[in-house]
Amino acid sequence: MKLEGYVWKYGHDIDTDVIIPARYLNSTSPKELAIHCMEDLDTTFAKKVQIGDIIVAGKNFGCGSSREHAPLSIKAAGVSCVIAESFARIFYRNSINIGLPILESKEAAEDISEGDRLEIELETGLIHNLTKKVTYQATPFPEFMQELIKVGGLIPYTKRSIVNA
Amino acid sequence: MGMTLAEKILANGAGLTEVKPNQLIKVKTDVVLGNDITAPVAINEFNKLGVKDVFDKEKIMLVPDHFVPAKDIQSAQLSKQMRDFAREKEIKHYFEVGDMGIEHVLLPEKGLVLPGDIVIGADSHTCTYGALGAFATGVGSTDMAAAMATGETWFKVPESIKLHYHGKLNPYVGGKDLILHTIGQLGVDGARYMAMEFVGDTIRQLSMDNRFTMSNMAIEAGAKVGLIEPDEITLHYVRERAKRPYQLFLSDYDAKYAMEYEFDVTKIEPTVAFPHSPENTRPISEVGNVWIDQAVIGSCTNGRIEDLRAAAKVLSEGKVNSNVRLIIFPGTQSIYLQAMKEGLIEVFINAGAVVSTPTCGPCLGGHMGILAKGERAISTTNRNFVGRMGHPESEVYLSSPYVAAASAVLGRIASPEEVLGVIKKGEVA
Repeated sequence: MKLEGYVWKYGHDIDTDVIIPARYLNSTSPKELAIHCMEDLDTTFAKKVQIGDIIVAGKNFGCGSSREHAPLSIKAAGVSCVIAESFARIFYRNSINIGLPILESKEAAEDISEGDRLEIELETGLIHNLTKKVTYQATPFPEFMQELIKVGGLIPYTKRSIVNA
Repeated sequence: MGMTLAEKILANGAGLTEVKPNQLIKVKTDVVLGNDITAPVAINEFNKLGVKDVFDKEKIMLVPDHFVPAKDIQSAQLSKQMRDFAREKEIKHYFEVGDMGIEHVLLPEKGLVLPGDIVIGADSHTCTYGALGAFATGVGSTDMAAAMATGETWFKVPESIKLHYHGKLNPYVGGKDLILHTIGQLGVDGARYMAMEFVGDTIRQLSMDNRFTMSNMAIEAGAKVGLIEPDEITLHYVRERAKRPYQLFLSDYDAKYAMEYEFDVTKIEPTVAFPHSPENTRPISEVGNVWIDQAVIGSCTNGRIEDLRAAAKVLSEGKVNSNVRLIIFPGTQSIYLQAMKEGLIEVFINAGAVVSTPTCGPCLGGHMGILAKGERAISTTNRNFVGRMGHPESEVYLSSPYVAAASAVLGRIASPEEVLGVIKKGEVA
């Protein structure tokens, strides 16, 4: 699968409280959550984000709360992929579970600038920077996680294993 | 090769004789936990699985604690969705308002999490139970949903890091100061994906309440779990509460650790984390003049009886400053009752504090003490991210109950010594 979009660039340790503040957690609707995505960090994001856009950030993206509302709001805002130097572990799990594509690459996270246009091949983990004409290789997923990603997340995966059992 | 405490519990849960770091394993879950924010999302996902019943009605714990008593109509709907699900699926451990407490204070108190357990909770502070020698970690709602159906979850076996604490604690220094100091040294991703194991003579002397505080904040260093080997103190706590068998695991002498850290606790002062990260720590002597508008004492980090006793000790000596609002929330109903019996609630009210029903409310900026633009709070909670307790331009400073109470009295971040006097070495704090 190929993804293409413009980059929103953020720094290190972006926590789930700024991705979706708790004052909006009285809703479970991804659409409603998307309206407030990244609000306490960047008030322009939710208003201007386009379908397919890509978030690129530094280390420990998604640290803090386990709220799945964070990757849900990013996905519902239209973001096609999050690239970071590293991810906090619960956010990483949640993203794979709900089918939000994420990629880990220190080189990409450091080199990519705000507004760059990227093309991503999810299967190979190749990130092409169309603006800078550079390609980066993301860390490959373990086989089990590739399987989870392929079937669309943990619920389809679990459903399949329940049926098979 | 020997195994660490984390590896031993996981090997047991996976039915394997040995596991190694980075191995992907499937384990049985002894407890699956959710709250009024995360469980509704999990219930929606559970319903997509097409299974009728949960895997075990006694192993799922549902605790409404974040936005209850319901703060608005939408929150009331979420609580209702969880309540209806609990009734329909006959979940044994659903805790209604009046019976509930803050989940991570409540479950150990009720003996529902025990040493050797594998616990997943759709709340990041599930790592609190590591203090009992349980492998307990936070997950998202979808993981909770799958585990409610299957009683299993997958883990990547984490590398373990060992943190040694040596020496006698200084007056007014406790588990909160140790963990804040540690996060200040390691950074908020210093233990990312890893199992922290707290060891040493200082830890062996620490009470369960102080141990829970330390394990609670392991996630603030990015860790998967924050473990303490069970000992006599653990057993004393667990024995009167447990209603089912449990297993005690200890690290092998030749277990392999990715990193080891040493802390001489005689050098650790009461510690404060400045905005907007738990790693921005400073010893109280280097805090300077920081005026506050609000002080909050409670939460899954510091809402236990010893925390309330510490606050009461300070507030017996001074009233809340006229520029400060002090909000105290006991962790559970039984802690609230115990505090009443000991006269602590009377001390709080006479000092000018408000005492709230148990709730996560103010900690995450939910309700019961939201900050306005430009306001500043000192809080015994666990996070001080941008907007954590209210307006994105408000500030949160993290500390122990001693420091928060002293700050409430003096109107600025203060050492408990400024209210209670200096204690010389050898005297009892």
